[in-house]
Amino acid sequence: MRPHPDSPKLGLLDRRGFLGAALGGTAIAGIAGGAAAQQEGPPEPLPLDQLTPEFFTPAEWVMLIALCDVLIPADGDGPGALETRVPVFIDRQMVGHYGRAERWYMEGPHDPDASPLKGFQSPLTPAEIYRAGLAHFQDWCGRTHGAGFTDLDADTRLAAVGALMDNDVDLPAELRDFPDFLLLNVKQGYLSDPRHGGNHGMAAWSYIGFPGARANFLSWTHPDRDNVPYPLGPVSINGERA
Amino acid sequence: MATEMPKKDVVIVGLGWTGSILAMELSKEGLDIVALERGPMRRTVPDWQYPINTDELTHAHHFELMQRPRHSTLTMRHGLDDTALPYRKLGSFLPGHGVGGAGVHWNGQNWRPQVAEFRLKSYVTETFGADVIPEKMQIQDWGVEYDELEPYFDRWERLIGCTGIAGNLNGTIQPGGNPFEAPRSADYPLPPLPEGAAARFFRDTAEAMGLHPFPRPGGNASRAYVNEYGMQLGPCTYCGFCEWYGCYNYSKATPQTCVLDALYQQPNFEVRTGADVMRVELASDGKTATGVTYVTDDMQEVFQPADLVLICAFPLHSTHLMLLSGIGKPYDPRTGEGVTGRNYAYQMMGSTSAYFADAEFKPFVGAGIDGYSVLDYGVEQIDFAKEGFIGGSYISVGHTNGQPIRSMSLPEGTPNWGAGWKKAIGDWYGKSLSVSSHGSNMAYRDCYLDLDPTYRDPYGRPLLRMTFDWKQNDIRMTQFMKKQTEAMAKAMQPDSFKSSYKDADSHYDIRPYQTTHNVGGLPMGNDPATSAVNRYLQSWDVHNVFVSGASAFPQNIQFNPTGAVGALTYWMADALRSDYLKNPRPLM
Repeated sequence: MRPHPDSPKLGLLDRRGFLGAALGGTAIAGIAGGAAAQQEGPPEPLPLDQLTPEFFTPAEWVMLIALCDVLIPADGDGPGALETRVPVFIDRQMVGHYGRAERWYMEGPHDPDASPLKGFQSPLTPAEIYRAGLAHFQDWCGRTHGAGFTDLDADTRLAAVGALMDNDVDLPAELRDFPDFLLLNVKQGYLSDPRHGGNHGMAAWSYIGFPGARANFLSWTHPDRDNVPYPLGPVSINGERA
Repeated sequence: MATEMPKKDVVIVGLGWTGSILAMELSKEGLDIVALERGPMRRTVPDWQYPINTDELTHAHHFELMQRPRHSTLTMRHGLDDTALPYRKLGSFLPGHGVGGAGVHWNGQNWRPQVAEFRLKSYVTETFGADVIPEKMQIQDWGVEYDELEPYFDRWERLIGCTGIAGNLNGTIQPGGNPFEAPRSADYPLPPLPEGAAARFFRDTAEAMGLHPFPRPGGNASRAYVNEYGMQLGPCTYCGFCEWYGCYNYSKATPQTCVLDALYQQPNFEVRTGADVMRVELASDGKTATGVTYVTDDMQEVFQPADLVLICAFPLHSTHLMLLSGIGKPYDPRTGEGVTGRNYAYQMMGSTSAYFADAEFKPFVGAGIDGYSVLDYGVEQIDFAKEGFIGGSYISVGHTNGQPIRSMSLPEGTPNWGAGWKKAIGDWYGKSLSVSSHGSNMAYRDCYLDLDPTYRDPYGRPLLRMTFDWKQNDIRMTQFMKKQTEAMAKAMQPDSFKSSYKDADSHYDIRPYQTTHNVGGLPMGNDPATSAVNRYLQSWDVHNVFVSGASAFPQNIQFNPTGAVGALTYWMADALRSDYLKNPRPLM
């Protein structure tokens, strides 16, 4: 019988120790047969560049992947946007109620040049803004740097994304929310529950130390535990553990 | 042609906190009651069962429990000569959607206003002289005094199983409580929550500074509790998904956990969901209402006759409905005459975030009311003549949640993306606390609600139009609070801190979330020239229409509004039961 996934972690073992214990448990369960095999988690999904997106065209998909890679790069501690499959999250968002602005008031007249203090005023849905925004940015890169975004070298990509994030790429008024939407959606894909397609393996939660759906933290209000790090890894809504 | 339903004694528009309570109280009179709720039915199970309720994207970004602007929204402008534009996607405030209303997704923070706040204009005039009131500030007395409401505050706190420590019991100051609170006749029904690390750190710091910290009171149960309707609450688990979420654990006080299952057992009560009220219908003389007309989810128009109409919607929607129904004279900001839509006000928020590299705050250990607060800079504690503003604030530290997208607070100068951002979230998640100021907002002659001339809802009705901006009085108040919260943050000796406060150049920004404490529009009072409803929340013009909720606030208090809303609801229920029902007429 497989031990409870949390059982080696209780008692504040050091992280290396309980990781080893958990892996051992999985291997035994794997030998035990079919029912337990399900608990090993889903097989690794297709690499991003082999996926057929639901919304983005092949050219947009390549560009979105490259943008995500700059916005949350793989270098340094913590996973990058690609390892956590942020582009998959954004693609799914585009075909859901968010991409279609289904909950938003979209009646005219529209005044997309209005003071930003009055909020979103574009006549376009987020999906339309992504489509037009990506095309605009691609053109801007060509005009400014002499090549499309994905053909730029790493330093130039960084500079181009900096200009985009500063809203300094001559976006027309109805697209002015594109940089904010892109950055927010990237962070959402990185840090939201994996059921939405991003935060693959809950790697971003493990990195920052967010435990996800563990329901009851009452005992952690005890003053004796104020300086004790939380010992357990995250749990997703679908019950995955990392 | 509208279908006409059999007549009811009472029709209730909106089944949130106030509609639930009023239905329960009036059902005891044997009246035949129907509640019309435009949103869906919502129950703890299945709507916010664990763990699906912990989905931050769905609740905190896509606002599953909130109204859909496509279906219902308003327009906003900053001044009389400005053009209002629609609030197309949710940001600054989040009215609820469905049974329970905003009472489902609040944090549970519950307060009694200070005594002076109910008679603010009189208090200011008597204490500092009328000349401290700036031109075009339009503050008013509520028409009801704290002493009259005290029993109803007590009853409301017992309904919700309010936790806390009494600070002023019948005029005697109590250790551990808020010494500046209005005197209470009884202690809170439940003791405070245990409080997280950041809250206790703030308590110790504030005490060392000579301030008077106390546990933030509210409706997150600390023990098993049964209220007067037999509804049960269980102890809060600090799950960290409170505000903007439904509570899976029957710990947060909501209409669902405190009233509704008892109400559904009353044989003389009926709820219809997906029933969107278009207007209150008036008799030919305009002096009484005959019922309401609503539209169902499948676009059927229905007339519901009733003897008594209780408008129990969110303040913005109650005001909209009164304007659309032609009840009360619409407010005109150029003359200052008229009452419907008068004195819209909001809440002035600010905070200082402090960062501690060695801390282990574990902010996911969160409860909606977690926190210690101080009221040393409350309305009654400040010399308005000396400081040059009217208002006050309570200041708190607590961790209500550690949701990683919405609550990722990073030090000043952190990049917003790229390698620097990624490093920072690894370094700083769980290493910060926020010293927050929750401040009053006064009423002004040109801050009001009326009907928009351009934009329409899906039924072809004009949208509500909000005219609102920050004023220098309230900016001075919040800048005063900034000095206090920065001093408190510094005293905690953080590695760094940063403040977020409105300044003299700030204008109202409808994009970032601030609070859902939208108040006014139908101010209560004793003068029909300056109030839309009388002190019993009865329309001056149409005596069988009563309006509950924070639309009655003549200006905003320094506190979260729900406590005062709850007390006013029981006060109104008592006026109906003990007086109006026996002899329906204008009570004043």
